[in-house]
Amino acid sequence: MADSKKVLKIIQAISLKMEEQKDYLTELDQPIGDSDHGINLGRGFAAVNEKLSGLEGKDIGTILKTVGMTLVSTVGGASGPLYGSAFMKAGQAMAGKEDADITDFLTIIKTAIEAVELRGKAVVEEATMLDAMVPSYQAMEQAVKEGKAAEEVLNAGVKAAWSGAEHTKDLIATKGRASYVGERGLGHQDPGATSYSFMLEEISKVTG
Amino acid sequence: MVGLVIVSHSDSLAKSVVELTKIMASNAQIVSAGGLEDGSFGTSFEKIKAAIESVYTDDGVLVLMDMGSAVMTTEMVIEMLEDKKVEMVDCPLVEGAVVASIDAAAGMDFEAIKADLSKVGGTRKF
Repeated sequence: MADSKKVLKIIQAISLKMEEQKDYLTELDQPIGDSDHGINLGRGFAAVNEKLSGLEGKDIGTILKTVGMTLVSTVGGASGPLYGSAFMKAGQAMAGKEDADITDFLTIIKTAIEAVELRGKAVVEEATMLDAMVPSYQAMEQAVKEGKAAEEVLNAGVKAAWSGAEHTKDLIATKGRASYVGERGLGHQDPGATSYSFMLEEISKVTG
Repeated sequence: MVGLVIVSHSDSLAKSVVELTKIMASNAQIVSAGGLEDGSFGTSFEKIKAAIESVYTDDGVLVLMDMGSAVMTTEMVIEMLEDKKVEMVDCPLVEGAVVASIDAAAGMDFEAIKADLSKVGGTRKF
């Protein structure tokens, strides 16, 4: 699916996407959060982008871990510790690996989910990024079981992530800032579920 | 003396909380870690880490935070300082800071201050 070189390309694509979608993500965060999701992720991934050239030739574990640590120290909002922990834990799971196949990718997403659950003390159906992450993982796991090719597996994941993000409009947030807004947050799509869906979409584009 | 750190999304809020504690506990070792490096709202891993280190002694450091990323970012800093005696306390920020600074300045130890702070959230204002 992806060697370390491709992983760097993926990270670069994600960084550009976060910059491109910065205003949209912040706009989503306005009615239910503190209007910083896009700005924060934009800043974090800009810092990540600057580190990429120094990561050439490194294994996938090191790349993911560095991305995570950079996000933690530069994002400045909840997405820093959340995505930071996700990338750092995924990096631990991929330590020493130069190549990742689709099974490794499932491990990466599963590890990332566990990291977000632990850091955010959240579960699905609370209108968080987990509502895109978990369905995308389940769809990809199912597609792998059905013997589908990596490209189709990722497509299934992206589709499930976006419908998961859409579903957050029907959920009352019980975690994060949005929990203060309560049921007034109904009808608003969670910014974290949206940024995750964008990320998975970039992974699918670069590897497909 | 137990060190204290106030973490907030707002630099001026964190600084003001520290100032407020000085009225009753001018000797307390208490510092703020509010906002991002450029002064905008948010929580900074580096600022929190530096603040903890600036008041750290073997007596330990207690950290009081506002909400959300303040908690998660502090948690990550503490995980990285794994061999150090640093803990977060879950209590109202202003009242907790006042109680903690008076206790710390009076020489109370880490566990005793934590026990005191655990009661702060349950104390009714009227």
